[in-house]
Amino acid sequence: MKAAPRRPLPQVSDIETKPFWEGCARGEILLQRCLDCSAVRHPPSPICSGCLSSRLEWVPASGNATVYSFVVVHRAFHAAFEEDVPYVVAIVELEEGPHMLSNVVEVPPESVEIGMPLRVCFDCVSDEVTLPKFKPA
Amino acid sequence: MRAGTQCAIVGSAETEVGKLPGRSALQLRLEAAVKAIEDAGLDKHRIDGLVARQPMRNPQSNYSGLMSERLGIEPSYTTDISLSGAGSASMVLSAVSAIQAGICTTVLCVGGDAATAYRGQPSRGRLASEGEDFRSPFGADGAPVMYALAAQRHMYEYGTKSEQFGAVAVACRRHASLNPNAQMRTPITIQDHQSSKFIVEPFRLLDCSLVSDGAGAIIVTTAERAQDLPQPPVQALGMGNACRFSEMTYNVPITTTAAPDAARRAFRMAGVDAADVDFAELYDCFTPVVVMTLEDYGFCGKGEGGAFVESGRIELGGELPVNTHGGLLSQAHIGGMLHITEAVTQLRHQAGERQVDGARVGVVSGQCGELGIHVTLVLGADGR
Ligand SMILES: [Zn+2]
Repeated sequence: MKAAPRRPLPQVSDIETKPFWEGCARGEILLQRCLDCSAVRHPPSPICSGCLSSRLEWVPASGNATVYSFVVVHRAFHAAFEEDVPYVVAIVELEEGPHMLSNVVEVPPESVEIGMPLRVCFDCVSDEVTLPKFKPA
Repeated sequence: MRAGTQCAIVGSAETEVGKLPGRSALQLRLEAAVKAIEDAGLDKHRIDGLVARQPMRNPQSNYSGLMSERLGIEPSYTTDISLSGAGSASMVLSAVSAIQAGICTTVLCVGGDAATAYRGQPSRGRLASEGEDFRSPFGADGAPVMYALAAQRHMYEYGTKSEQFGAVAVACRRHASLNPNAQMRTPITIQDHQSSKFIVEPFRLLDCSLVSDGAGAIIVTTAERAQDLPQPPVQALGMGNACRFSEMTYNVPITTTAAPDAARRAFRMAGVDAADVDFAELYDCFTPVVVMTLEDYGFCGKGEGGAFVESGRIELGGELPVNTHGGLLSQAHIGGMLHITEAVTQLRHQAGERQVDGARVGVVSGQCGELGIHVTLVLGADGR
């Protein structure tokens, strides 16, 4: 029997994103907040794209979100996800404003709709990696 | 073009397209380059600029240098363009800019891939994109995912229907059926579209572009030099580029592309507006991109693109023929290079059965960055 293909995992030691993945492992979504203009951003970046300040702090998000848009994947483009189809990939809008790409889980794909309230849940996929996913609130 | 030297496309060529086992990207690109030089009636040593698209698979550190060496020329200007689906149209901006700056006079632009031939072959790498760590672990690999997210939102905000996306697929296939150099030539109906299987819902198979091997090349020079060459020159009337973002996820709205600014800049430079355009070769990696681009160019209002593409309006004989060659959806996916060669063919009035009657002004679009980066070309027939 062929071994199941391995799922792609984030590089949790990446210099820009390490705190984000460490937050997920602890069960929280961390966003960057600019100490100069207070803008909250995602994905992690070395600077604030509004005022260009590099003085950024990490702040926890509430974990509440809504579906901004979603799709149902019927044909996986990575072999490791073939066993999951059909599954939902969504752009979710966090309560704090920033958008994230994730999965909507624990709900039949046909029940997902734009605007649906969501709550974060954490999928521990290895010793180092925990992925933030979302389920209906 | 208002500022600088007027430029024109004087050579244009395509290789055969489709599944071409045993052919490499370099071989296909060189074939296209040699044909374009012949088409332009130029001695190869008059090519003093070379712009190459970076292939998606097996990218090189200096593709333009490799092409120059194999063609036995020593240009005074070489550069490689990445920019994915905007790369082909962007090569024309690069060529014209270099000519207007006085760096060179005659630029060969070439793109092409051995995309199907590459499957299963060892790769020396691929062009990666920023942010994959926030996409791939969620099973979001594959171009359809992001574009389907935009399509879903367009359906939600404007009531656009899957059947309307289907009308784009039908138009492209009808045009490909009239193009001897097309990969998919059997006409389809809306019903065929509706019964094709879901890939990434709301996308069905027939919303998705092809995977193709092939190459295309064009030659840009000054309008003055073009007068002495055999082909009717195709004038580069206007060009525009716009960058809103590189990743759709983090930006709003996702139902408007970067096209409004790119098109406004190109139309202004050309001194034309949407009503002057006789045909449009619009980047069509997925059917809704055509719908959104038509809106963003001002051919119809925002949100009206779905209704606009219905009833044959974008087919030959309709109000605005779109993708007269069949596009990425039905001719072949050569990164948009063949949108340019087709516009040249139309403006030379050499398109045979699929000729747009009296074509004087055509637009070409390229886009990438998940709709966030856009390039518009406005091209005109000789003597306009
Ligand atoms: Zn700031």
